[in-house]
Amino acid sequence: MSHDMSENLPEAHDASHGTDVATHGDPFADPGLPAHEPRRTDIDERAAQRAERQVSLMFVVSMLATVGFIASYASIDADKIVYIFPLGHVSALNFALGMTLGVALFCIGAGAVHWARTLMSDHELPAERHPIEADDDVRNDVIEQFKTGAAESGFGRRKLIRNTLFGSLALVPLSGVVLLRDLGPLPEKKLLHTGWVEAEPSKPLRLVNMNTDQPMKAEDIVQGSLTFAKPEGLEESDEDFQQQIAKDALMLVRIAPEDIKDAKSRDKGFEGILAYSKICTHVGCPISLYEQQTHHALCPCHQSTFDLADGARVIFGPAGHPLPQLKITTDEQGFLVATGDFDEPVGPSYWERPR
Amino acid sequence: MSSASGTNSASKPASTRAKPANKAEAAVDWVDGRVGIYSLAKANLRKIFPDHWSFMLGEICLYSFIIIILTGVYLTLFFTPSMGETVYHGSYLPLNGIRMSEAYASTLNISFEIRGGLLIRQIHHWAALVFVAAMLVHMMRVFFTGAFRKPREINWVFGFLLLVLGMFDGFFGYSLPDDLLSGTGIRFMEGAILAVPLVGTYIQMFLFGGEFPGHDIIPRFFTIHVLLIPGIMLGLLVAHLILVFYHKHTQWAGPGKTEKNVVGMPLMPVYMAKAGGFFFLVFGIIAAISAIATINPIWSVGPYRPDQVSTDAQPDWYMGFSEGLIRIMPGWEISVWGGHTLNLGVMVPLAVFPLVLVAIAIWPFIESWVTGDKREHHILDRPRNAPVRTAFGAAWISLYLILLVGGGNDLFATHLHLSINTITYAVRVGFFVVPVLTFIVTKRWCLGLQRRDKDKVLHGRESGIIKRLPHGEFIEVHTPLAQKDLHTLTAHEQPQPLELPAETDENGVARKAGVITKTRVKLSEGFYGEGNQIAKPTTEEYHEITSGHGHH
Repeated sequence: MSHDMSENLPEAHDASHGTDVATHGDPFADPGLPAHEPRRTDIDERAAQRAERQVSLMFVVSMLATVGFIASYASIDADKIVYIFPLGHVSALNFALGMTLGVALFCIGAGAVHWARTLMSDHELPAERHPIEADDDVRNDVIEQFKTGAAESGFGRRKLIRNTLFGSLALVPLSGVVLLRDLGPLPEKKLLHTGWVEAEPSKPLRLVNMNTDQPMKAEDIVQGSLTFAKPEGLEESDEDFQQQIAKDALMLVRIAPEDIKDAKSRDKGFEGILAYSKICTHVGCPISLYEQQTHHALCPCHQSTFDLADGARVIFGPAGHPLPQLKITTDEQGFLVATGDFDEPVGPSYWERPR
Repeated sequence: MSSASGTNSASKPASTRAKPANKAEAAVDWVDGRVGIYSLAKANLRKIFPDHWSFMLGEICLYSFIIIILTGVYLTLFFTPSMGETVYHGSYLPLNGIRMSEAYASTLNISFEIRGGLLIRQIHHWAALVFVAAMLVHMMRVFFTGAFRKPREINWVFGFLLLVLGMFDGFFGYSLPDDLLSGTGIRFMEGAILAVPLVGTYIQMFLFGGEFPGHDIIPRFFTIHVLLIPGIMLGLLVAHLILVFYHKHTQWAGPGKTEKNVVGMPLMPVYMAKAGGFFFLVFGIIAAISAIATINPIWSVGPYRPDQVSTDAQPDWYMGFSEGLIRIMPGWEISVWGGHTLNLGVMVPLAVFPLVLVAIAIWPFIESWVTGDKREHHILDRPRNAPVRTAFGAAWISLYLILLVGGGNDLFATHLHLSINTITYAVRVGFFVVPVLTFIVTKRWCLGLQRRDKDKVLHGRESGIIKRLPHGEFIEVHTPLAQKDLHTLTAHEQPQPLELPAETDENGVARKAGVITKTRVKLSEGFYGEGNQIAKPTTEEYHEITSGHGHH
């Protein structure tokens, strides 16, 4: 604030609301609001009339576009595909409805904004702000009133009531939490086993090709290929198919036995055919990318990479442990079978998962 | 109140005011008698709004939210939130005869059978993207200009909550169609929940109603997506707007603008037309984009099957930074307390995720604590005049971007023909290095701009006119700035850093500063100390230079 008293004079006062005058003494002082500069439409009636016509034109275009929207809806088939450069083949109805709706809405907005910018007053006005905080009188008055209320309730005096009230209020939300219990079953050992648990040495379970739905023989698995399999008896139409396949999905890979680095892994396979869980041990995406030369399998979600020739060891990415391997063999007819479940849970790890 | 005065006032004529001039006025009189709208309108009809393009960012958030609700209601009329199985027989031939959930089938139906359904689906998704993007940019505007300072800290937190809720509602929303990509996203969520120590499996079983995927997750997500989160958001939004209205807008420093006023144009008619019109502009543009650009073509990837996946599997960009965290984290998995598994590889990124967000949410409180500033602020800071804050914000954005690269590392690898492993290693290093570098560069940049401002104030603007002096020297003529520019460039405050209290008090008794006080002084030094701001030009400096006594 400048200490120059002359700013209180009427002419200086006016100036501070209008023209850009230098304030003597302090070069950085606030010169006040600049004078209003009229727009062309403020002084030229013809310009104003042109702006009026422009605004109305936009509103008229909007009306036409809405009519176009309704006409498109009524006349274009939902499955009609047209070629529009540079979009390519697109749904004619979607394009027509979207463009007409877009134009109808945009023109209302453009018209309103143009109206406001050209024809409505553009005088800038100052409005006062008031501090958000109350002044001391109000503050003291409210605190006094609150104290009176608190004293009348006896809240501070009857500590037993107060403390038990706090206790009951703290506990009552627990009811809401407890009520959520029946959202689902308890975990128990559900995550520990897969559908392959049905398999036993006396009652082995055949591996069924995911694509052909046929049981597989060892000679069906080509070296260097990746084949996906599910347990015998699991059908796509089954009620719980999604839930089962989320754990049971297998990928079979055939590697020349001498190339298998992990002896334990080789023993679990059959003539170089290894059956790994398809479910990534990171967060459970199915693994689907396989590199023939290196026997590396990669999960496309987060790029965990497993070396299938080395017990599915993690060689890159965020997975924490190797893919579980299913022990397989063949039955008397030569079909690939499993004689038991995975040794460890498949999929992402969790607190209770044994290591 | 005594009964006598009651009788008195009842016997008086009901009102002394003029008869309503017309039917409309009479109708408004009727409403006023019930809800008192005249006093409400008196304060607000000609309420002043300052004009600045960046205020549109918040409006885009509001309008895209309204568009999302409108289109969302339409979609609920046709969408079946069910995981019940069905075989598709519809007009999209490639999927004919394929087994899928009713949710996916009804989304196909909306896209191909319902006339206009595809458009509304596209508008809904595009508006959601615009909504989150606009919230982020709006938040940056508020952050970099210091508009979050007292009295607006609470509104900053409300806005922050809206951003987080918006991000999660987006996640739930794109999970609903139950296509291959969204199902993979839910699987990711399941794996993340399982990584929670102690209670992970319980939360998973309760959320999914059993093992993954079960039958319940889509209907449950539906309720969360259309009812729970939007309900909370609507409440927060109203509170946010009430506070904006109550606080009035901030404004930039300039002639006639002070901390005690707000300069602009009245709500009626200018802002009614501008803001109301802007809603239609936003809606119109989103509708046109939706007609032109396909978003989330769920039919191209097929229905969800837990044993199948498509490449390029990644979430919408606003969840990309959490995806980046999870992709760059090494796969640490340790055994604790005899046989229990702690999946650090998933747990750590999911703990860092909220921390990254919370750092920005509590910034107003950190800043006011460090500076000890308890005053109201309505004049905005130019970002250069708060170098440390600006540098922190830029570092935060760079972290966000580097994680976004990590989240889309497969796309970067395929499009730029790079090794995905190299990108991941680079992002791992970048996670620690890039924010620090960005901080340093941004701060120096701000200080450079402050120096330039000071130079401009003291020496004027370069005019481009070269003058030869009588003794042969060439000089460039500098035009002195107008008073309004001088004022604008020097109106900002320059707080001084806090100082440690004297080691002994006035009686000579030793007084040790605690760790907290010391930290605060150190931080304050970091904010405003030497080398962290350029001293503003003073009146004396200005007069000395402009007086023409042999200077320049």
